[in-house]
Amino acid sequence: MRYLPLTHGDRRAMLEKIGVGSVDALFRDVPAAARDAAFDLPRHAGEIDVERSLKTFACASTPAGDAAFFCGAGAYRHHIPASVDHLIQRSEFLTSYTPYQPEIAQGTLQVLFEFQTQVAQLTGMEVANASLYDGSTASAEGVLMACRLTKRDRIVLSGNLHPHYAETIRTVTEPSGYRIATGTPRPGKPEDIAALIDSETACIVVQNPDVFGTVRDLRPLAEAAHEKGALLIAVFTEAMSLGLIEPPGAMGADIVAGEGQSIGNGLNFGGPYVGLFATHEKFLRQMPGRLAGQTVDADGRRGFVLTLSTREQHIRREKATSNICTNSSLCALAFSIHMTLLGETGLHRLAKINHMRATQLADRLARMPGVDLATPVFFNEFTLKLSKPAADVVDALADKDIIGGVRASRLYPHDPDLANYLIVAATELNTDEDVSAYAAALEEVL
Amino acid sequence: MLNAQGRATDTGTRGEGGRATISGHRGLDHEEGLLFEIGRREVTGVDLPDIELTADRLGGLQRKLPIGLPGLTEPEAVRHYVRLSRKNASIDANLYPLGSCTMKHNPRLNEKMARLPGLSDIHPLQPQKTVQGALALLDELAHWLKTLTGMPAVALSPKAGAHGELCGLLAIRAAFQARGEDRRRILVPESAHGTNPATAALCGFTVEDVPGTADGRVDVAAFQERLGSDVAGVMITNPNTCGLFERDLVAIADAVHAAGGYFYCDGANFNAIVGRVRPGDLGIDAMHINLHKTFSTPHGGGGPGAGPVVFSERLAKFAPLPLLIHDDNGFRLIEDMQEAEAAGHAPFGRMCAFHGQMGMFVRALTYMLSHGGDGLRQVADDAVLSANYILASLSDVMSAPFEGPCMHEALFDDTFLKNTGVTTLDIAKALIDEGFHPMTVYFPLVVHGAMLIEPTETESKETLDRFITVMRELASDAKAGRTERFEGAPHFAPRRRLDETGAARKPVLRWRPSDAKDMARVEAAE
Amino acid sequence: MSEIRFTDQHEWVRVENGVGTVGITKYAADSLGDVVYVELPSAGKKLNPGGEAAVVESVKAASEVYSPVAGEVIEANQVIADEPAQVNADPEGEGWFFRLRVSDMGALSKLMTNDQYKEFLKGL
Repeated sequence: MRYLPLTHGDRRAMLEKIGVGSVDALFRDVPAAARDAAFDLPRHAGEIDVERSLKTFACASTPAGDAAFFCGAGAYRHHIPASVDHLIQRSEFLTSYTPYQPEIAQGTLQVLFEFQTQVAQLTGMEVANASLYDGSTASAEGVLMACRLTKRDRIVLSGNLHPHYAETIRTVTEPSGYRIATGTPRPGKPEDIAALIDSETACIVVQNPDVFGTVRDLRPLAEAAHEKGALLIAVFTEAMSLGLIEPPGAMGADIVAGEGQSIGNGLNFGGPYVGLFATHEKFLRQMPGRLAGQTVDADGRRGFVLTLSTREQHIRREKATSNICTNSSLCALAFSIHMTLLGETGLHRLAKINHMRATQLADRLARMPGVDLATPVFFNEFTLKLSKPAADVVDALADKDIIGGVRASRLYPHDPDLANYLIVAATELNTDEDVSAYAAALEEVL
Repeated sequence: MLNAQGRATDTGTRGEGGRATISGHRGLDHEEGLLFEIGRREVTGVDLPDIELTADRLGGLQRKLPIGLPGLTEPEAVRHYVRLSRKNASIDANLYPLGSCTMKHNPRLNEKMARLPGLSDIHPLQPQKTVQGALALLDELAHWLKTLTGMPAVALSPKAGAHGELCGLLAIRAAFQARGEDRRRILVPESAHGTNPATAALCGFTVEDVPGTADGRVDVAAFQERLGSDVAGVMITNPNTCGLFERDLVAIADAVHAAGGYFYCDGANFNAIVGRVRPGDLGIDAMHINLHKTFSTPHGGGGPGAGPVVFSERLAKFAPLPLLIHDDNGFRLIEDMQEAEAAGHAPFGRMCAFHGQMGMFVRALTYMLSHGGDGLRQVADDAVLSANYILASLSDVMSAPFEGPCMHEALFDDTFLKNTGVTTLDIAKALIDEGFHPMTVYFPLVVHGAMLIEPTETESKETLDRFITVMRELASDAKAGRTERFEGAPHFAPRRRLDETGAARKPVLRWRPSDAKDMARVEAAE
Repeated sequence: MSEIRFTDQHEWVRVENGVGTVGITKYAADSLGDVVYVELPSAGKKLNPGGEAAVVESVKAASEVYSPVAGEVIEANQVIADEPAQVNADPEGEGWFFRLRVSDMGALSKLMTNDQYKEFLKGL
């Protein structure tokens, strides 16, 4: 077996040193009845056979690259420069552990320090952590943090917050007995959730651009929240948007929780992704997740360490700010490398291209009978109201190799008002041909 | 050039410890500045047209101020990250015997398979009929995990071990809600990972410690004393964090079941028993499996991981969304509570957006298919054999707090260092100079000055022997008062010991544009 | 004449004119190592004996500081908030944590005297 270096001779010599006759003797603490279970599993296989098996799975799906592809709603298909995937596969990044021995982990630590700076700059916030699992879990951690900070127990969620995010927040906060008020989902007409904020509200959670693609001004909501002593948690699922639109920090956000997948990370059917998390410096001690900090070594040279770990579970145990033990380091690295390659100049250009592509597509489709643009203000994603149920349309489009978007009914299955809505994203990877093919196919289907 | 801590803001040069060079580099050991020191705002390493937006739809919300992010061209970026990478230890280059972390070889076939477009370039919400292969892969992985654990159900979505614990405890909570009982106490052994009590607290449980016995296991009598009709369950790591199999596990399971509670097992150490022992045969109700430990997905410098949770029949129906089913139309995800309930399930909620760490699932399944059932058993055998070989080879010069055999990791305490002036930390740092990544130190907390060594099954006997030789020398030097190796170690790492106290007292957690201005001012003044 | 008393959680309290000054003992400060952060109660907070009053953290450990006696917090020591190193430098003097108006002077007699605390440390 190619991954197991011990030979039979080695094993015999080792058993002899240990002083037992067989490996079975080393398992003597296992109850006899359970010691030697039988498993109905295939035997080991070489690379050729394993590759064949995996390709069977791979071939039974339609990759985005083989179709005209327009899905968003929390995950976005962007171009990833070749050097990103090369660099994240460097042995020293790929196969190292959490940097607990800083003298031999400066690579990862400096990357995380740079990542924290990039996230803080991008979101317009003072401090950012070294990443969390993904955008949805980062949002839930943000809510828990807001409840700790305000010592309040009521949460207000925008109806236009991605429903998976809302469910994740609900699931994590339910045991604490927090009360949740949720607005009504409305494509293009973000609800006035300011009315839901009261003096017991810990935070309001608002996504921007929202799940239907609408870009909104968070300032009035920030004011309304702050007036009642509540915090504004700004969520985003499309990090690319921050290259073009006002960052949450400039619009009064207190905690920013976002998905970083679209910079440097592929679609991967939903994971692994990378949760971005930023806040004010004064809230630092209540922030969840790992942090890299700058310091010096015994020779006075600059170096980096994991710091403020007393907030974390391995020291505080049941009093920790969070139970999280891991971050999404490698995905954060991919984010950081892509961000570095883009730079501010490249990010801004790329964001403009995305916006232009989406604008062209929206205009082209909304001209057609039976199609209305429900979200007039958007970045690279918008929602169409169709003359018939979006489920049928998506299905029919798929048969023509057009992955036409995410039907709202996939996310809101019990809201008949949303049955005809289709959430459509366009990025720099969509060509003029894609747009034409989509328009032509939609015309046929409707 | 000083920052707010009054410390140097540049990389600096090596001090008295060595011969200074003009550049600050030392041969292949390059110093590397921060991205923000070497990058420029106007530079980009991606060729994109600079289009003009004639009529934007941004509703006047266009960004007003610059972001303040530098860029690098591709050659500069490659050099920056390659140089940084060389400051890291890795399992590819070193023995990395971190106890409870299972740093085994990460097969490259896993990486290749995870990049197949049909598995990587697919969107979590594209029509399900276009992702039947991906859903079939989830089903296949679930089959392997259920078979290997002897458990009837699995939730794949948890994103890491601690996230899996949360999933398991939320299922237990839901089960009590369904029974109309309000039980709040969770029993956790003292030796547990810190995530266990942290997770229990997050789920609204109160955590009660269970002491251990002199032989490093759960004290069953103390455990039974604490049991009662208000106990929701027990969280036990098995094999435990001392590297030992909990001999009385079945008795503990029976007792907790008799008291109406559930048994959560922290599966962090599953590598010791995979392919040999089915946790389901031991009475476990829920257990997370760290795919990044047992099933070789790379640790990536601290994530991403994946922590699927297997459930017993008693908890299966509370598993979170999404659920994967197979019907006449093929595979289908149930993503909605009402539909799940109609199908007889009672999900407690949702752990995260979408369906979990697909990229890790592909790698883990590739690993499973490579090993097969027979190979996985050999994995456990070799992991346990290697750890016992280390235990047997070092017991006479170091001090093992508990009698063997151990499972997949060998635990030592610092009794052998008493009155030597050398500490566990010194041993760890001296190992760095010897080219090895240190073992886990000061964990588990139940042992003084703990050193937890987990070699895994992917090290050759030659490597183990070299490590043993070094450890024996270090122990004998420490005992003989030859402490030069330990003083100020490491000497041969990219950095020497770092000032963690200073870092925590006045945290500098990001570079600030003002750092650059300070530098400019200093340079101008000069 | 002020009198200093100790708890088995390694806090000390010195009471003068009904005002108690509370800190952690030298033993506690030494065991924690370099203190990097303290979280202090705000004035007006009412504390019960043995109730959580403050948090003290070193790089590798965090620990609660419990109030030895009942009372209402009058002030917290801003000096150690800004310079946590003071806790190590002078734990039983300038490194005090907070002052409170003691509401139950009688409870003091239940705490250890200096000699008793020294004996107690020997037994650890």
